[in-house]
Amino acid sequence: MEYINLVFDEVYKILFLLVPVLVSVAMIVWLDRRVWAFVQKRQGPNVVGPFGLLQTLADALKYIFKEIIIPASSNKIIFILAPIITMTLALIAWAVIPFGEDQVLANINVGILYIFAVSSLGVYGIIMGGWASNSKYPFLGSIRSAAQMVSYEVSIGIIIINVLLCVGSLNLSDIVLAQKNIWFIIPLFPMFVIFFISSLAETNRPPFDLPEAEAELVAGYQTEYSGMMYAMFWLGEYANILLMCALGSILFLGGWLSPVDLYPFNLIPGAIWLILKILLLFFLFALVKAVVPRYRYDQLMRLGWKIFLPLSLTYVVLTASYLFYFNLLPSI
Amino acid sequence: MAVHAIFFYFFSIVAVISAIMVTVSKNTVHSVFFLILDFISISCLFIMIGAEFLGMIMLIVYVGAVAVLFLFVVMMLNVAQQKNQWFNSKENSGHIPIGLIISTIIFFELIIVVGGWKYKPELLNPNTTQLSNEISNTHSLGQVLYTDYIHVFQISGMILLVAMIGAIVLTYRRRVEVKTQNYFKQISRERSEGIDVLEVSSNKGVKIDD
Repeated sequence: MEYINLVFDEVYKILFLLVPVLVSVAMIVWLDRRVWAFVQKRQGPNVVGPFGLLQTLADALKYIFKEIIIPASSNKIIFILAPIITMTLALIAWAVIPFGEDQVLANINVGILYIFAVSSLGVYGIIMGGWASNSKYPFLGSIRSAAQMVSYEVSIGIIIINVLLCVGSLNLSDIVLAQKNIWFIIPLFPMFVIFFISSLAETNRPPFDLPEAEAELVAGYQTEYSGMMYAMFWLGEYANILLMCALGSILFLGGWLSPVDLYPFNLIPGAIWLILKILLLFFLFALVKAVVPRYRYDQLMRLGWKIFLPLSLTYVVLTASYLFYFNLLPSI
Repeated sequence: MAVHAIFFYFFSIVAVISAIMVTVSKNTVHSVFFLILDFISISCLFIMIGAEFLGMIMLIVYVGAVAVLFLFVVMMLNVAQQKNQWFNSKENSGHIPIGLIISTIIFFELIIVVGGWKYKPELLNPNTTQLSNEISNTHSLGQVLYTDYIHVFQISGMILLVAMIGAIVLTYRRRVEVKTQNYFKQISRERSEGIDVLEVSSNKGVKIDD
């Protein structure tokens, strides 16, 4: 009985985390389209609900009632599994994101490695989808995205090492608490810029959206998908984008900490600060989508391997030597 | 404790079955997917015994990078057909006994190595082993790798570097006929040198030299 209560408690907590995440994914899609439209002097979705806020719900409803078409020559099990994997991986990573001093679902020692592992698994949803479709464009798209995500993961990993050198712990709450005096965006500003660009590439956002470049590959790995399965890919993608924004704000923008530790500001709960920072980063994501044209594939690979990797490695050496010289290395 | 046992048996059964399926399944891509499932369940086992750092690194390195490379190769080279030919055709099945002999030798070598393993005496006695909660296992791993065995670690790093450079040297060939793009030239192009406005008289056309 006690055990059932425990399970019930956990399920309640998980729902309390996942339902807001899913709702905010829907809202974020609307925000993305609105920002995109305003940059181009259009209106964007503004009909359904106030300011068009319910547009995503209407879209989702449409997707639910559409027929799911499974191509005859596809590998059916893997074809169905691919969107499920994308969606699941995008959601389970939220378990370790801290929203406050102890408002975290799973406060594990290796939180940052967990997020990194889950986001590196995310590539399988795309590869499986592209391969199982048994069609040229999805296959090319999935091969592209696999190469792209693996290369940019390397530079993200090294950027994370930079932050970890300053913290001395892999726990996400410890990472935030280490920024009490100064947010890491100030000493590690070049790393923040590289992290931002790499997370654009990691989540297949423009200008690095080559896996689904519509001018070359129709819709990339999603070409053969329809109805709810397409919607799941799409939800997973946006949940991943939100996750990368959350990771960026935890690593560099001080997570749930308020920007100034003064009277009216420290009354606001930490979760709100975190959400504001996530929104700020997402606003930048949306702006980049509207402003920058798409990269060529060889330029993308060159940027990842020949520019970001050496730069972030050099910065690791710099940070380590600085911390060592001034005896600032965190103790165990 | 019972729940712990249930999870342990679940993950180990999944690991063993998927390891068997890697070799049994006809489609090579399916084999790789089973290999990934195997890696994942083994990293779950690592996490269950408290080695969370090792488990996560296993996920990141093997599943996130190595297996992606496997999938790449298998998908691009169309190994599935070759594998079927390899097993079915007469002249190739002569390799199977040699493979069996080599694998038996490796198996016995493993038994000898593991059998001759020397443990610290305090590790074998369950009463004296205490996991100290003050130092996390990430820290203790770092202590072992970067403090106690730093020279061995550096030497293995050098060996890997040599292997990498060797692989590049062996496979690299400069192809003269391929046109490559010069990024600096592309970026530093100006409008004045890129665009020419010409007067085109009718029925004559213009000659563009390039």
